[in-house]
Amino acid sequence: MSNSPLTPGVVPGRLPAASYREHFADKEPALDRHEAHVAADRCYFCHDAPCITACPTSIDIPLFIRQIATGTPEAAARTIFEQNILGGMCARVCPTEQLCEEACVREAAEGKPVEIGRLQRFATDSLMAQGVHPFIRSAPTGKRVAVVGAGPAGLAAAHRLALHGHEVTLYDARPKAGGLNEYGIAAYKAPNDFAQVEVNWLLSIGGIRVETGRALGRDLTLEDLRSSFDAVFLGIGLAGVNALRAEGEDRSHVQDAVDFIATLRQCEDKASLPIGRDVVVIGGGMTAVDAAVQSKLLGAETVTIVYRRGQDQMSASGHEQSHATSKGVRIITGAAPLRVLGNGAVTGVEFAYTADGPDGLRLTSETFVLKADQVFKAIGQTLRGAPAALRLDGGKIAVTGAGRTSLPGVWAGGDCAAGGNDLTVTAVAEGRDAAEDIHAALMAAP
Amino acid sequence: MADLRSDFIGIKSPNPFWLASAPPTDKEYNVRRAFEAGWGGVVWKTLGSEGPPIVNVNGPRYGAVWGADRRLLGLNNIELITDRPLEVNLREIKAVKRDWPDRAMIISLMVPCDEESWKDILTRIEDTGADGVELNFGCPHGMAERGMGSAVGQVPEYIEMVTRWVKQYSRMPCIVKLTPNVTLILPPAMAAHRGGADAVSLINTVKSITNVDLDAFSPFPMIDGKGSHGGYCGPAVKPIALNMVAEIARNRETRTLPISGIGGVTTWRDAAEFLALGAGNVQVCTAAMTYGFKIVQEMISGLSQYLDEKDMALSDLIGRAVPNFVEWQDLNLNYVTKARINPDTCIGCGRCYAACEDTSHQAIAMKPGRVFEVIDAECVACNLCVNVCPVEDCITMEELPLGALDPRTGRKVTGYGNWTEHPNNPAAVKAAE
Repeated sequence: MSNSPLTPGVVPGRLPAASYREHFADKEPALDRHEAHVAADRCYFCHDAPCITACPTSIDIPLFIRQIATGTPEAAARTIFEQNILGGMCARVCPTEQLCEEACVREAAEGKPVEIGRLQRFATDSLMAQGVHPFIRSAPTGKRVAVVGAGPAGLAAAHRLALHGHEVTLYDARPKAGGLNEYGIAAYKAPNDFAQVEVNWLLSIGGIRVETGRALGRDLTLEDLRSSFDAVFLGIGLAGVNALRAEGEDRSHVQDAVDFIATLRQCEDKASLPIGRDVVVIGGGMTAVDAAVQSKLLGAETVTIVYRRGQDQMSASGHEQSHATSKGVRIITGAAPLRVLGNGAVTGVEFAYTADGPDGLRLTSETFVLKADQVFKAIGQTLRGAPAALRLDGGKIAVTGAGRTSLPGVWAGGDCAAGGNDLTVTAVAEGRDAAEDIHAALMAAP
Repeated sequence: MADLRSDFIGIKSPNPFWLASAPPTDKEYNVRRAFEAGWGGVVWKTLGSEGPPIVNVNGPRYGAVWGADRRLLGLNNIELITDRPLEVNLREIKAVKRDWPDRAMIISLMVPCDEESWKDILTRIEDTGADGVELNFGCPHGMAERGMGSAVGQVPEYIEMVTRWVKQYSRMPCIVKLTPNVTLILPPAMAAHRGGADAVSLINTVKSITNVDLDAFSPFPMIDGKGSHGGYCGPAVKPIALNMVAEIARNRETRTLPISGIGGVTTWRDAAEFLALGAGNVQVCTAAMTYGFKIVQEMISGLSQYLDEKDMALSDLIGRAVPNFVEWQDLNLNYVTKARINPDTCIGCGRCYAACEDTSHQAIAMKPGRVFEVIDAECVACNLCVNVCPVEDCITMEELPLGALDPRTGRKVTGYGNWTEHPNNPAAVKAAE
């Protein structure tokens, strides 16, 4: 291939083959045993530990770290999986610096928390590498539950329901289970097909039938599910994408960041992926960062994230932001897109600086243009295809308690449900808790 | 999950982890919380005679030795036996045992060394529902000055005498707690055995001064400018305790005497080591005082995983290492190993070289580029390089196979041979011609 980062337009193969392997390898390699023991030794085994409180799935972190310290990472993994069956993926993608590690007393004392995320990965990897599943299903209850959406919430719900002895059918619209773990996060966070490895390991508990390529509203209706199952859990995520509402948004090479990431994740040969020379990503969340960093890793010459509010309001964590800038991504804050320039294909984006006032954000007269041959929109996802019978709340499925929707026998959790914070780990917690609530309801029923 | 249920001298508990008689077991509130956390049993903090309770100091009771990151390695205390009224303790013991019938409840006792005192206290504890008694012949501070605790434990005749009284006046199983502050641990253990003890527990704390305040010139813990020796415990005393437990476990006269292992048990692994060296269960104090009652969860999960991996029952583990605890003279002198330094994992610090060159056998060569190599002709396999190397498994001891030439001695490796038959031993037993 003769392309380079300087080749104009949107083209594949900007880098030598070896660079792709290096760029999409494990972002943060696993701890070895010695490193894990040294890292575990720093844990103070706090009483009523702040890290547990900060974890949406309430993993007993001091206990699992002590179990690592005493040479039983398998027991540590059990401690993790009892609370969070997707503890392997969460160890890779959780913004720990905003959750457990931010709460760590050593973060407060020294600015150096115990490396909880990496220790969690050490423990979960140790057990999963043995190919064993740590839980055994309860006796069959004869109850059947439909779980719609095989993302983190649906997988957690399905596993917990199967654990309690229920028969689960797990539907997903996409060809593979995993949801955002499979289609939505940066490739270097979960290399070596980890999302599928984890799904298969999770399913090995038994009692879960997976039907992919089956979408709610297209192939399935909520009414049918309600009549043929004893309960329904919806973990359908957010399939819609917000529009820029800027002039010229329909020009070619203006794309949703989630689609770009999904395509990239499913592509074996990263060298075959076309990428622009000058890439602009609009948004301030994790998706924006993942799209921007991966654009850079694919060989784009310049990549710029533009976010309309201040840096402190970006939902991407500080850690994510500095990872992006360390890869050469530029972050501009306080600017919003006015129009996408070009004739057919995009050639640039014009932005106006914003000012935050009492009436909210307004555009100022100060503008600038960024050269761009590819633009990714990462300004949030919305619920799409929710059954009309469900009451909504702020554009998401309204829930009370542990994910109970407005319809009897129907629960929801994860990104599609109101509340929460769109984190993988929160979705897992919601799926798990809804499953417990479903279990209680099914067992109480005559 | 392995079955951790324990039966120690007929006293049943859901696991072999008991809390030792100490501050954590001084009152109902603590013991209830300990049982909720999962402890298999407790030895209630030592009760004294009826009458005005003893008093404690009102300044620091503990001294400590720490690692660089404030990891507590050893703890020393000058606290005495319970300072709460006897009837309060008895009422609480009864209430807790009633609510937790599946947990072991042992009462530790220490009264003056006369028959009446022992008879009296045994009568008073009779209807608490407790599963057994432990005789505190161990505490080295305070009470010893008054003729109790280790003052008894250091005189085998007293141990035997008091144990007999206890067996005479009580039907409860009797555990005798031994002090390590003796030259030999066997005579006290034998005395307990002769006196009819159902078991011994050891070790109690080791007489110690943890540190000296170099401004006030007083040992620590310091009470108004003065210090008294305390009893040392925690991870630092484990090696001492393991040896004493094993000495009793392997001795011809005491090997049938059950042992409750105590001394620095902090993790499941420590507990497993005590069990392997002959302890029927373990008692824990310092680890709970350092980290809270919750640590028992790690002990349970760890021991359970270990037994599962080894496909052993708890009873298979108990005493499993005892036959391998032998006298020096029984060690195989024809077992030859050589240190091997893995160049791939060596980080070039040179600590092995310094240790060997300065203090040992000059058996490591330092080559250009900071490459370190063992000189087999000098290596006596002392293991010091392994112990000072900061990289785990970088230096290993490799066994020379039978028939191989040891370049240090110029002799071929032969089969088993120990000191008792060695030519250099003037008292060597000659094999029959």
